[in-house]
Amino acid sequence: MANVISDATIEYVGILAKLELSEEEKEAAKRDMGRMLDYIDKLNELDTDGVEPMSHVFPVHNVFREDVVENGDVREVLLANGPECTDEAFVVPKTIE
Amino acid sequence: MGILELTAVELGKWIKSGRVTVEEAVQACLDQIKKAEPRVNAFVTIDEEGALCRAREVQRKIDRGELTGPLAGVPVAVKDNLCTRGLLTTCGSKMLYNFIPPYTAEAVLNLERAGAVVLGKTNMDEFAMGSTTETSAYGETRNPWNLEHVPGGSSGGSCAAVAVNECFYALGSDTGGSIRQPSSFCGVTGLKPTYGTVSRYGLVAYGSSLDQVGPVAKDVADCAAVLEAIASHDPKDSTSIKRADTRFTEALVDDVRGLRIGIPRDYFGEGLNPSVRDAILKAVEVLRQKGAVVEEFDLSLVEYAIPAYYVIASAEASSNLSRFDGVKYGYRASAYEGLHSMYKKSRSEGFGPEVKRRIMLGSFVLSSGYYDAYYLKALKTKALIKAAFDRAFASFDVIVAPASPDTAPRLGQSLCDPIQMYLGDIYTISVNLAGLPGLTVPCGTDSLGLPIGMQLIGDCFQEKKLIRAGYAFEQSRCYQGPALARELERLPKSEKQRGLSGAEEKASRAEAFGSAFKERADWMKGGSK
Repeated sequence: MANVISDATIEYVGILAKLELSEEEKEAAKRDMGRMLDYIDKLNELDTDGVEPMSHVFPVHNVFREDVVENGDVREVLLANGPECTDEAFVVPKTIE
Repeated sequence: MGILELTAVELGKWIKSGRVTVEEAVQACLDQIKKAEPRVNAFVTIDEEGALCRAREVQRKIDRGELTGPLAGVPVAVKDNLCTRGLLTTCGSKMLYNFIPPYTAEAVLNLERAGAVVLGKTNMDEFAMGSTTETSAYGETRNPWNLEHVPGGSSGGSCAAVAVNECFYALGSDTGGSIRQPSSFCGVTGLKPTYGTVSRYGLVAYGSSLDQVGPVAKDVADCAAVLEAIASHDPKDSTSIKRADTRFTEALVDDVRGLRIGIPRDYFGEGLNPSVRDAILKAVEVLRQKGAVVEEFDLSLVEYAIPAYYVIASAEASSNLSRFDGVKYGYRASAYEGLHSMYKKSRSEGFGPEVKRRIMLGSFVLSSGYYDAYYLKALKTKALIKAAFDRAFASFDVIVAPASPDTAPRLGQSLCDPIQMYLGDIYTISVNLAGLPGLTVPCGTDSLGLPIGMQLIGDCFQEKKLIRAGYAFEQSRCYQGPALARELERLPKSEKQRGLSGAEEKASRAEAFGSAFKERADWMKGGSK
């Protein structure tokens, strides 16, 4: 395997991805990611000098529209999906001491 | 012939002429669902009460002449990543085990405006990441042609449900082949429209630059009618395109004289199951005899599509799925210390292994120091792949390809080696990268009796050419669903008729993960709560 993923890299990616992996999952992730990157390295065979990266297949531009309120008050419906709520807000663990 | 054998458009005519009522059609589907689900598991949620109530409402509108379209009153199943107001939408994930959307996806709204009756939500690979429907948190779906095999994925539930006559058509979504490949495995017809044709509003995002909603049905005529209903310019989706012509049913003409068909040599070489190859080339021969001009060519760059796709799709997924944090909806871990621990624990417990794998890969290729080497490189590769298709479409109207290198694999064979599973997407993925439309039409079976599909690929906005070619081919054979569909239909109606409860009731009781499973299990056993 050409791409060897270190413990530090997995830790770092875990922070970016906001995932907490078990030791077993970390080992699997190191292996899987290494194999995937080996495979993805195939792209290096291609000469892409001077090629514009294509994020969108059509030449679309920013789409602007007036910011008009179309929906009514759906607070209750939205809060009904929250794991923890008061009558008017989502509740999260304390963020500052 | 029972009504379940009808196509969606045929049923629409029967309803219009009063030969059958909407409620009878819906009830026929619900009866079939009750018989089929213990074997096939194509649905995550079945909305029995809602569908029957809606059936009566639609019937009144038809009777009053307010609904006159070809799909008025026809029951549909919707993939579980399309939001449906008041109806559980799980994306096949524990993360959304209790999510009741406050709004309905635009594609589904368009169908409702056309008089569709939604029966329920179909099973799928978790967040559409997978090729077998085995990564669903709600159990795997089985292929109605052979219950030991997968239905394909990620829209495996939609395709299996259509194949086994649990519904008359379904909606799926296609990010890297998720409509076309399971359609091939289940012997049904599936269409992935040109990017931007169908609004993505209310489709839970996976790879936003690749995702498209499309129809799964019994034949090309149904696919054309459904696409005509769901295609719309939607200001709520900034990538939605205003198309001048969406009268797709006009292309249902049995005439391919002069149609230029390209056969990419690099799609028919090594790695392709010979029976798949033969069935497709035989289908091409049918089109040639009808007057199409067939020629081989080299598409090139085929082997670069999969690595480019997995970089782009994973990158977009890692960004899109960051919204699942246990705050506003979905799963929240029960034990944590502080906010960040809550985020991490909720996500780690809520997502399954394939989703985590792609989020990790996506986060990595977007991270500082690797962005240019991986993400930008993939976007440049995408530009080259698009250019290769542009060159091909200068010479051809339609490109014919397999939808998958093989027929449906056995259950349990695919997930142990992710890269091997990704390689199966080789014929479908470039179409998403280039934003093209693709249509899968059944064209035969292998020695085990498993279906084979032919994929027709068109240039952007050329769905009509695909529909014309698919329709002309289809006239040479009649639709034959799996024997299971007819066997189940002949079974006596289940004695214990217990339905799922209403969505609100369900939501209020879905306090712990697992209640959705339990309720389903109770319902299938026909027992009481």
